[in-house]
Amino acid sequence: MMEADHLIGPLTQIPPGEGRVFEVAGTKVAVFRTWSDAVFATQPECPHRQGPLADGLMGDASVVCPLHERQYDLRTGAGLNTECSITTYPVRLLADGTMVVQLAPALAGAVGTA
Amino acid sequence: MDGMDFTTTKQRLVVVGNGMAGARAVEEVLARGGADMFDIVMFGDEPYGNYNRILLSNVLSGIQDSSEIYLNPLEWYAENGITLHSGARVTEIDRAARLVTAANGIQEQYDILLIATGSRAFIPPMDGIVTPDGELRPGVFAFRGIDDCNKIIAYASAGRRAAVIGGGLLGLEAARGLMNHGCEVHVVHLGGHLMDMQLDAQGGAILRKQMEGMGATIHLKKSTSAILYSPDGITGLRFKDGSELICDMVVVSAGIRPNIEIGARAGLNTERAIVVDNYMRSEDDPRVYVVGECAQHRGMVYGLVAPLWDQAKVFADQVTGANPRAEYLGSKLATKLKVMGVELASMGITEPADDNDEVIQFSEPRRGTYKKLIVRDGRLVGGILMGDISKAAYLMQAFDRDSQLPDERLELLFDLGAPPQKVTLDEMPAEAQVCNCNGVSKADIGACVAGGARSPGAVMKATRAGMGCGSCKSLVTEVVEWFCGGEVEEDPSIHYYVPCIPLAKPELVAAIRGQGLKSVSAVFRALSATGEDANSKPALSSLLSTIWAGEYVDERDSRFINDRVHGNIQKDGTFSVIPEMAGGLCTPEELHRIAAAAVKYNVPLVKMTGGQRIDLVGVAKADLPGIWADIDMPAGYAWGKSYRTCKSCIGTSFCRFGLGDSMGLAVKLEKRFRGIDSPGKMKLATAGCPRNCSEALVKDVGAVAIGDDKWEIYIGGAAGAHIRKGDLLCVVEGEDAVTTISGRFMQYYREHAKYKERTYTFVPRIGLERIRAIVVDDSDGIAAALDKAMQESVDATYDPWKERAAPKTPNQFADVIPAKENA
Repeated sequence: MMEADHLIGPLTQIPPGEGRVFEVAGTKVAVFRTWSDAVFATQPECPHRQGPLADGLMGDASVVCPLHERQYDLRTGAGLNTECSITTYPVRLLADGTMVVQLAPALAGAVGTA
Repeated sequence: MDGMDFTTTKQRLVVVGNGMAGARAVEEVLARGGADMFDIVMFGDEPYGNYNRILLSNVLSGIQDSSEIYLNPLEWYAENGITLHSGARVTEIDRAARLVTAANGIQEQYDILLIATGSRAFIPPMDGIVTPDGELRPGVFAFRGIDDCNKIIAYASAGRRAAVIGGGLLGLEAARGLMNHGCEVHVVHLGGHLMDMQLDAQGGAILRKQMEGMGATIHLKKSTSAILYSPDGITGLRFKDGSELICDMVVVSAGIRPNIEIGARAGLNTERAIVVDNYMRSEDDPRVYVVGECAQHRGMVYGLVAPLWDQAKVFADQVTGANPRAEYLGSKLATKLKVMGVELASMGITEPADDNDEVIQFSEPRRGTYKKLIVRDGRLVGGILMGDISKAAYLMQAFDRDSQLPDERLELLFDLGAPPQKVTLDEMPAEAQVCNCNGVSKADIGACVAGGARSPGAVMKATRAGMGCGSCKSLVTEVVEWFCGGEVEEDPSIHYYVPCIPLAKPELVAAIRGQGLKSVSAVFRALSATGEDANSKPALSSLLSTIWAGEYVDERDSRFINDRVHGNIQKDGTFSVIPEMAGGLCTPEELHRIAAAAVKYNVPLVKMTGGQRIDLVGVAKADLPGIWADIDMPAGYAWGKSYRTCKSCIGTSFCRFGLGDSMGLAVKLEKRFRGIDSPGKMKLATAGCPRNCSEALVKDVGAVAIGDDKWEIYIGGAAGAHIRKGDLLCVVEGEDAVTTISGRFMQYYREHAKYKERTYTFVPRIGLERIRAIVVDDSDGIAAALDKAMQESVDATYDPWKERAAPKTPNQFADVIPAKENA
C-alpha cells in the first residue's frame, strides 16, 4: 500500500470542536479540530450503522457518532464504549495552518476487529 | 514453582461451545485458579464472543442493539489467555486420540473436554417449510440466535402479517418483537392455552386476554401442517383441521432440541441429551464433561439459566479439584420473567397432582392479576404469579428450600399489615439467588459489599447482578442496603447535572452565574477537572441558553448535529425539513412552495407529522439552505430539546361543539414560544372543548376550552413511550392568562428539570401541589422573575433557517469538502 502526503487545505475550514468530511484523492476522510487546534483524521462512517462521524459531538480527543452514540478515541481509533474500532490517518499542520493527511491506514492490522 | 514447571504440568481444557454455558463454566474454572492449571481452548459455532441469549427478545423488539448483549467481549478471551476458535463448528471427537476436529480443519488435543453445545430451534415437520436444498424457505425464520434476530428484523416491517408458530415463552417474545416492528401478529399454538409449561388454563386465558388487548391474535389448538407459498413468497399456513391463515412471514418458535449429535458420534450415551452423572461427567468417559442444555441429568434436560450456573460450578469444582465432593443434585424449576410487558413468576407444577394437594388461588382478570399456589404437606410444590409478583422472591425461596409455609395462607399471596420485606431479607439464606440471569447469590452481594462496594451501582457493576433482564434490580438494591445496614452510599454522581462537573443543577447554575460563564468551553475550563466530555455538551448549552438568553455564546460544537443544521438527522445521515405551521394551518401558496421544493430536491418521503405539520424527509445536508429558501417559511423546530409545536382542533371557527378559539390560541402560543430551549421536548396542544380532539390531555402543556372564555391548563401529559394523562394545573380566564401561566410553568421547568427529563417525570417529582403554589399562587414570590426570564428567552430566539444566508460556522452545511490539494 502506497503511503502519500496529501494537502487538505487550511485548518480554518473546520470550526473548533467539530469535524468535516473532505474528499482527498478520491477518498473521503473525516477531519476533526479540537479547541486547542489539534487535528485528527478518521474514516468518515461509524462501523456500527454508517453514521456520519464528522457530525458527531467531540470531547477532547474523542468523537460520539450522532446516530447511536458509539464513541471512539480519535488518536487510536479504538472504540470507547463499543467493540467496533475505526481507521485513523496521520494528519499534521504545516506552519501556515495547512492540513496534510497521510493516506494509508495508520493502524491497518494493529486494531483488532471482530 | 517456576515457569518451566507450569508448562510441563498444565493440562489442556478444550470447551466445545461458546454460549452462556461454555463461557460460564470457563469463568468458574478461572475463578478457582484454573488459569494456572489449564491451557484453555474454546470452540464457538457463531463468529462472536458469547452473548446473553435471554436478551435476544430485547434485540428483536429494538430495545437493545445486538452489540449490547455480549457477556464477554473478545478481549476477555485474550486477557485470560483463552484460545477462541470462533466460527468453527466441531465435527468430530476422537476419544481414543483425545482430539477434536472442527469443520475448518482446526484440531485440538485435550486432557479434559467440556461439551456445552446447547440447543437449537426445533423446526417441526411441515410441508413446504424448507426449500429443496434444505434451507428454511425465504420468509420463514427460526428464533434462536443473533443471526436469526437480525434476519427477522431485516424482514419485518409495518404492514406485514406475521404468524408465530408456538405460544410458549419464546414465541410470545417473538410476537412482541414483531409487533414493535409494526407487523400484524398471529400466534399459532398447539396447546389449549398459552405458555403451557409455566401456566395453567386459567392463567393462560388471562394472559391471552392481555395479549389480545395489545393487538395480537391468538389461535389455540392449531397444528400447522403446511406452509403455503407462491413464487413471490409466503402466503399462509394450513392447519391439520383444514383451516388456513393468511400471512406473509412465519417465525417458528416450537421449542428447542439439544445439540447432541457430536456426543452420539463420539459414542457417548445419549437419550434426550447426553447423559451425565452427578459430577456433570459423561457416563462413558471420565475425561468428558457436559453442561447446559445438551446435558441430561437424572432424566431431566434443563432449558433455564439457573440450573446451568449450578452445573458450571460443579464442573469447575471437579476439574480444578477445588471441591472434589461437589455434586449436582438437580434443580427445581422456578423462573421469573416478563412476557409482552406482563410480569410472571412460575415454579414447580401448574396443576395439583392429587386430592390432598391444597390449592390457594386469587384471580382478578380485569387487571391481569392471577396467583395460584399448590401446597403439599405444608410445603410449596407449585406456583404461578402473574401481574403482581411482589411475593415472588419469598415464594421462590420457600419453593427452592422446601421450607414450611406459614399457617396463614393469605400471607403467601399478599403483604398484610407491616411490611414483611425486612423479615424476608433477614431470613433469606446466603446462597439464595438474587439475580437469576447472572447467577448472583445473596452471599455474592455480601462479599462484594464487604469488599468495599457500598452502592447498588458499584455492586451491580462488579457482580453483574441486575445486568441481565433487569427485573431483579430493585431486589439487588434492597439486598445491598441490607448488607450496608442502612449505610448505603448513594452514588453522588446521580445528582450531578452533567457527569464531568460534580455539581447538582442549582449549584451549577450558581457557579455559572457567579463566574459569568457564557459559553460551554468557558464552563469546561472553569469547572471541569476532567476536560471536555462530549455527551455533557448539549446539556450545558441548553442550560446556558436558559440562563443567559440573548447573552449566551452559542458555540455550535457543543450542540448536537440537529441543532447545528436545524433538522432531525435520519438513519442515513440525511435530515428532515419541517416548516412552522402554527396551529396546523398553512396557506395554499405555502403548500405550493413546499410541493415545488419537494419535487425540485427529489425529496424521497413527504409525510404528515403527529404535530400537524408537513415533514420532508431525506434531505441532504448540503441541500438544506436551498430548500429552506425555496419554501420561505420559518423553521418548525422539529429537531431539538425545545418547544416543538402546538397542536389544535378547529375550535370555534367551524366546529359545532367549539367553546373556545383553540386555533387562534395555538397560533399565539407557537409564535411566542417557538425555538425556546428546554431540558426536554415541549409538545403543546389546545382543544376547543373537552372532547379533546387535539389530545391536549396528553401534552407537556395542554389548554382545554370549557366555555365563557375559561380554559383548563394541563401539565405533565405524555403519549409517547410513556403514557400519562396531564394533571389539571388550574382554570384561567382569557387567552392571555393561558399564555402567561403556561409560559411561567415552562420557565420553571426549564430552570429546575434535569437534562432530558420530560414534564411527565418532572411534574410528579416536584409535585403538582408545589408547582401550582409556585406558578399559580406565587407562593415563593418568583412569578415575576420567571415571567421576565421567559420574556428574555422569547426575545432572544430567531429563525435559525435564516442561517442559509449567513452560516454560523465554516462549511456549516457541507456534506463533503473537496481538498485543496494545490493550496
